[in-house]
Amino acid sequence: MIPATFDYEVADSAAHALSLLAEHGEDAKLLAGGHSLLPMMKVRLAQPAVLVDIARVGELSGIRSEGNQLVIGATTRHADVAGSDLVRAEVPLLAYAAGQVGDPQIRHRGTIGGSLAHADPSADLPMTLLALGGSVEITGPAGVRTVAADDFFVGPFETALSPDELLSAVRVPRGGDVPWGYQKFVRRANDWAIVGVAAYDGRVALANMGGTPLRALAVEEALRGGASAAEAAAHAADGTSPGYDFHADTDYRKHLARVLTKRALQGETG
Amino acid sequence: MQIKLTVNGTARSDEVEPRLLLVHYLREVCGLRAANVGCDTTSCGACTVLLDGESVKSCTVLAVQANGRSVTTAEGLVAEDGTMSAVQQAFRENHGLQCGFCTPGMVMAATSLLAENPDPTEQQVREGLEGNFCRCTGYHNIVRSVLAAAGKLSRAESAGASPEVSA
Repeated sequence: MIPATFDYEVADSAAHALSLLAEHGEDAKLLAGGHSLLPMMKVRLAQPAVLVDIARVGELSGIRSEGNQLVIGATTRHADVAGSDLVRAEVPLLAYAAGQVGDPQIRHRGTIGGSLAHADPSADLPMTLLALGGSVEITGPAGVRTVAADDFFVGPFETALSPDELLSAVRVPRGGDVPWGYQKFVRRANDWAIVGVAAYDGRVALANMGGTPLRALAVEEALRGGASAAEAAAHAADGTSPGYDFHADTDYRKHLARVLTKRALQGETG
Repeated sequence: MQIKLTVNGTARSDEVEPRLLLVHYLREVCGLRAANVGCDTTSCGACTVLLDGESVKSCTVLAVQANGRSVTTAEGLVAEDGTMSAVQQAFRENHGLQCGFCTPGMVMAATSLLAENPDPTEQQVREGLEGNFCRCTGYHNIVRSVLAAAGKLSRAESAGASPEVSA
């Protein structure tokens, strides 16, 4: 499968990338690792006229501490997040989740910013950012704005990003001792979650239980009220409208959400 | 677009269309046919090559993304005198292949895995190869081969005398 033709531009800075986006408008797409975009281009679900390659922009990559947060550049690869001593010590949930994306080859190419901007409701990192209560830094013509994860995912594969903006960094709270759990139910190796759950310090987020990653707000409320993990997890599917496919119908997804939430709240990974 | 890169240790410069996939560049422009196009959807791993020493699926990398970088295919693991790499030799000695279609990708994924973790457990080998499918389902001997390449099997085990690696 071959992508449709496009022009290829290499950005040498974030400002250069923004000027290329401004120049080419909605016909342009940003390319970093390409592990969400290129598969869509190969099946012609995406046919951008221009690709702006930001993978060589040094200022968009890397991991650093800033106050009580870790700041992770958008083009930092999953393998680098998963293997970072800093992330493993300070935000172990994020290191674990990054290590669950795809497979080793995919983690050598795919980036944290790309995965979040792609906003697949079944993906690992969107629900993880929600559970962490993290945020994204968005750089655009008017400067930098910060958008909380709760406001970033607005629909299936749709985010608060405008076509002339760039997701430049990800911010997550430091908290090496905070209890967390992670559950991803798959039928095959290296697949997306049929249902996924990330739990962090009383916050619970679900993957593939709707058109966006979701907070399990009823679970969180029950936990605040003193409910046990098992009692709270019984509310995991409250208010959700999951889809169905040949892997799982709606009722089965709701069942999975309850079971996996209980396990995640108990600090289990898998 | 003109790209300059190193393929199996040799510097190259080629004019390519931006949409040319790395696997097609390697097979059709460079004439290196080890990397196979299997699923063409970033799943099966038959097209795995090393990009700056790390495993990637070359069906999901544009040739222009490899500009200025170093690519290694299974052909490039063989020394000039024909000596195979330790991983290749281990696949041969442990019959780590059946039809052979997935083998170049398995060998490249294993090479990358052992570069990152020279002393893997059997479980780490299995998880490290999760991006590579063998549709003959010959995983048992593939895992044995990688463990042998890591020096984790005794000579007797490596020769198949047993004990079995648990499935």
